[in-house]
Amino acid sequence: MLIRIIEHINLAEAPAYLGSEETGAINLFVGTVRNHSKGKTVLHLDFEAYEPMALKEMEKLGIQAKEKWPLYEVAIIHAIGSKLPGEPVVVIGVSSAHRDASFEACRWLIDELKKTVPIWKKEYYEDNSVWVNAHP
Amino acid sequence: MEILLFGITRDITGQQKLTIPQENQPHTVGDLKAWLGQQFPAIKQLSSLAVAVDSEYAEDDLAINSNSEIALIPPVSGG
Repeated sequence: MLIRIIEHINLAEAPAYLGSEETGAINLFVGTVRNHSKGKTVLHLDFEAYEPMALKEMEKLGIQAKEKWPLYEVAIIHAIGSKLPGEPVVVIGVSSAHRDASFEACRWLIDELKKTVPIWKKEYYEDNSVWVNAHP
Repeated sequence: MEILLFGITRDITGQQKLTIPQENQPHTVGDLKAWLGQQFPAIKQLSSLAVAVDSEYAEDDLAINSNSEIALIPPVSGG
């Protein structure tokens, strides 16, 4: 598994890691910074992580995905630091023999990452900033 | 006892990490959450608050001491 928290994401890394002659399908999800949120212009996002725990939780998700679907490999990469609109902030990559498993596992992995991995983002607007999800 | 802080918990406390004096040391995760709620009422406004002990999510009845690495985990928002 490729599990990484990093300042700048290289989009070529996960597919290069996942590719092999036995693989018939590689799914890649790339989450990027959107320039608007709830009607407001987003200038940038700041990400921070509790890194040792975040890496552990990401690895647990990778192991669970490999138990649930017949996968060859899993890559989970998350960025930290300040990110501008359009920049990639998360990459989920999955390889399998056939496409159903990789589509499903990729979707599951990003959904679970958002629920359990201790990473936080703060959205900066023109007039203020907020920690996303902090309040009901 | 030292408590690692992340995200909005640093803004609420105005600190990078919390130091709990010996005489107030909580014995369990639940005690810690109750103490935090008293000291920093804004913590109770959060959507959720988890505590990690040695970088694992911990239940309220888990015993804690100053040898553990303890961290507050406000609502996560990765991805």
